[in-house]
Amino acid sequence: MEPATKLDYNHQLSLKELPYIIRWRDDRCTRCGRCTAVCPIKAIEPTVKVQRMVMSEGPMPTPKAVRNIVHVIEQVTDINRYCTGCGTCTLVCPNDAIEPEYNPNNKFLHFKNRGGESYRRGGRRNDPSISTLDRLKFTRISMLTDPALDAGRHEFRIRTLLGRILPPEELPLKKTNGKLIIDRENGNFIPPVREIFPIMIGSMSMGALSPSMWEGLAMGVAYLNEIDGLPVVMCTGEGGVPPRLLKSRYLRYIILQIASGYFGWDEIIHSIPYMVEDPAGIEIKYGQGAKPGDGGLLMAQKVLKLIAGIRGVPQFVDLASPPTHQTKYSIEEAVAKMIQSMSMAWGFRVPVYPKISGTKTARAVLNNLARNPYAAALSIDGEDGGTGAAYNVSIDKMGHPIASNIRECYLDLVKQGKQNELPLIAAGGVGKKGNLAANAAALIMLGASAVSVGKYIMQATANCFGDEYNRCNLCNTGKCPRGITTQDPTLYRRLDSDKVAERLVEVFRSANVELKKIFAPMGRSTELPIGMSDGLSIDDKAMADRLEISYAC
Amino acid sequence: MCRLAAITSSKYFSPLENVMALETMKEGHDGSGLGLTMKDLGGHFEELKEYPILSGICSKEGAKTLDDFMDKAGFKLIDVWAPKIKQLKGITPRDHYFARIYDYPKSYQSKPMKEKEHLLMNIRLTLRKIGEPDESIFAFSFYPDVITLKEVGDPLQLAEFFGLDKVHLKAKVIFAQGRQNTNYAIYLYACHPFFIQGYCSMTNGENTAFVPIREFLMSRGFPGYIGYNSDSEVFTHILHYSVRQLGLPLTYYKDVITPLKDKEIHTREDRDVLRLLKQSLRPLCIDGPNVVIGFTPDGTCFMVHDSKKLRPGVVGGVEGKYALMSEECGLDSIIPKRNKSEDIFPMKYDMVIVKPQAEEVKVWSQLQN
Repeated sequence: MEPATKLDYNHQLSLKELPYIIRWRDDRCTRCGRCTAVCPIKAIEPTVKVQRMVMSEGPMPTPKAVRNIVHVIEQVTDINRYCTGCGTCTLVCPNDAIEPEYNPNNKFLHFKNRGGESYRRGGRRNDPSISTLDRLKFTRISMLTDPALDAGRHEFRIRTLLGRILPPEELPLKKTNGKLIIDRENGNFIPPVREIFPIMIGSMSMGALSPSMWEGLAMGVAYLNEIDGLPVVMCTGEGGVPPRLLKSRYLRYIILQIASGYFGWDEIIHSIPYMVEDPAGIEIKYGQGAKPGDGGLLMAQKVLKLIAGIRGVPQFVDLASPPTHQTKYSIEEAVAKMIQSMSMAWGFRVPVYPKISGTKTARAVLNNLARNPYAAALSIDGEDGGTGAAYNVSIDKMGHPIASNIRECYLDLVKQGKQNELPLIAAGGVGKKGNLAANAAALIMLGASAVSVGKYIMQATANCFGDEYNRCNLCNTGKCPRGITTQDPTLYRRLDSDKVAERLVEVFRSANVELKKIFAPMGRSTELPIGMSDGLSIDDKAMADRLEISYAC
Repeated sequence: MCRLAAITSSKYFSPLENVMALETMKEGHDGSGLGLTMKDLGGHFEELKEYPILSGICSKEGAKTLDDFMDKAGFKLIDVWAPKIKQLKGITPRDHYFARIYDYPKSYQSKPMKEKEHLLMNIRLTLRKIGEPDESIFAFSFYPDVITLKEVGDPLQLAEFFGLDKVHLKAKVIFAQGRQNTNYAIYLYACHPFFIQGYCSMTNGENTAFVPIREFLMSRGFPGYIGYNSDSEVFTHILHYSVRQLGLPLTYYKDVITPLKDKEIHTREDRDVLRLLKQSLRPLCIDGPNVVIGFTPDGTCFMVHDSKKLRPGVVGGVEGKYALMSEECGLDSIIPKRNKSEDIFPMKYDMVIVKPQAEEVKVWSQLQN
């Protein structure tokens, strides 16, 4: 008969249920304690065990069993302290004694709902398969009949336009004495248009990001613009902007985001009279690719003094923005009122555009915007986009892939002859596997005027651990071991904002070169190949048909 | 790379001159087709300048369809010109090559030229639509004082085939293209020069920006922007769109296809206009490699390059006769007695403009005010 005490283990999980299993090597470990100190969720702990050992002393074998008290590192099986696989322990270990190993047979999602609380996390869709963007190839190579350009020597202009562009037929031009001039008396509105680098830094909020990370990005962007001459712009996300930046000349590199919680906008609106530069644009967030149907979410543990101040809220409360703009009951309302009131706030000198999550209904939104002369662009964020905090089910299961969404929207504009009037910004999974420039170029050739990228930037500039195997993804908890998505000074001190800025500059310089290396052999240099779909192929017939590009194998 | 030979003169001359220039430039060239567009016609046509001429090719069945269609459309046939075909080995003759001179339907006779142009283009497009599936009718141009001839084969042989050395066919502006077949199957509608409502151009090279440009033009809602069997046809349509539809002065054609960089725009007096045009016409920017030679309804001829000058091109001659050629040897063969030091090899910012009647040549630079 089985002893009754044994049954007590039934309510416990085994390590095999967990997504990562710690591989600890007794023989290498010096018991320094760094790994356990640094583990963001205390998935490992030092413990003491009694160990039976067979010993022999003296010239003749005289084996004896002895019991020693040993110090070991042990992984806990508490689902709330599961190993996230971040690998910070490995990073700090002086002796390569510890590392987490992914467990493909885990049953993590079966259990991560204790207390009836659904699993929430940061990161992006846990789908490590190759995305459509990474399957797209550039196959129309200029050979002999149309000599390829030289990425190193020829002049290139890797720029795009952000803003509503007038149709040529409606340009307010007139001839005077045989010369063409702008007809100022015509009264036509000439919308503001910015010339920018086609890869934008996507909306990541002050609050979601640590002060070091945000500062690093802002510094890097300023450097790229002012020293390198690359007009890179970054979007604030919802949550305001440091007041000093609002009143500085660097504001012109910043796109201010307004979302359904309007966090930070009290400060922004009151700063308008003191602004010395207009922002690069205003993004109205209606949706986010990573979590369609959800508004922004900043967990209470990240709402510290600085953030509470900028956002104009009390400390330590969950800041959940509504899924929709509560004051608007329809898209017509949203378009007519929000775009126009934001435009008006800056005297119609700033492009204002909405951002939506990828959806089958994107074309309906698009067509509405196409008819609104004040809509400056449409940003579509696909299902592979990232987030600082969301329900796992939203991240993993909701949303629309960006490739076909952007393509159908572009082709819809082509049908209306408005493909150059309303720029499309594509986001969600750009650079998911590291191919930033290639993904951006593919989306541009499918019809995007620009791409927006967030997660890649966090990974490349600040070494974010997150991947599509649910590694780390602790952004929502404020315990980011890299100091990227935390408001805890002990954590964000780990992140050197100068180094983030340096890396950002390196990332964009390299992307600029890679874009040239893609466009040069295809014979494009002076304008972005927006919609140059004859340059693309894919190795899947159904995908080729859907994207209206060629199939190549 | 196609060979291009354009000549503009104050006196009538034979298209054979263009063909001889193509022959001179032939080295390394497969000569897979010839396209000829003649404007400001002399000889037989001099008296008929106001009447539209339908140029094309048709089969026997196509001829009947064509007659019936034109009758129904109210066009009255005034005269027919056809080349005297000489059977040559290697060239398969089609049934009818024609230039048919019509009078407008009564209801159109007093209408303004713009309306007449619209009618002529629609008739040409309808004929194309009717004849294209079975290749029974090819309609290249339908416009007053313009004739177009096209066929597959070696240009010099084709000149003999059409009897250009014998017939009394002359004009003051003649464009000829010796086709080097590259990306596309040999097809008559892919053969330059392309013509639409008085605007004509021919190009050598490929057009890497073809697809976005084609999509942009086709979405303008203008019925004439179709075809595109060749990626170079868009150059003609950009010309037509910029100058006729948008009313831009001709030099802006260069600014449309090869817009200046921002810091360069700053030096121009019309910088505000240029910035707007550059934004609104962004999809029409080309990257070459191309030289474009074209003419406008008033007989002005021009040559421009892509923004890197990836193709050759030269303009030279004497007052009263200028040639715009893809290679200098072609120019030498046509106008040997000229001051060669005055030959113009346009660079990336330049547009060479030859006034009607070959009166004078000007080089306009995008960087000048």
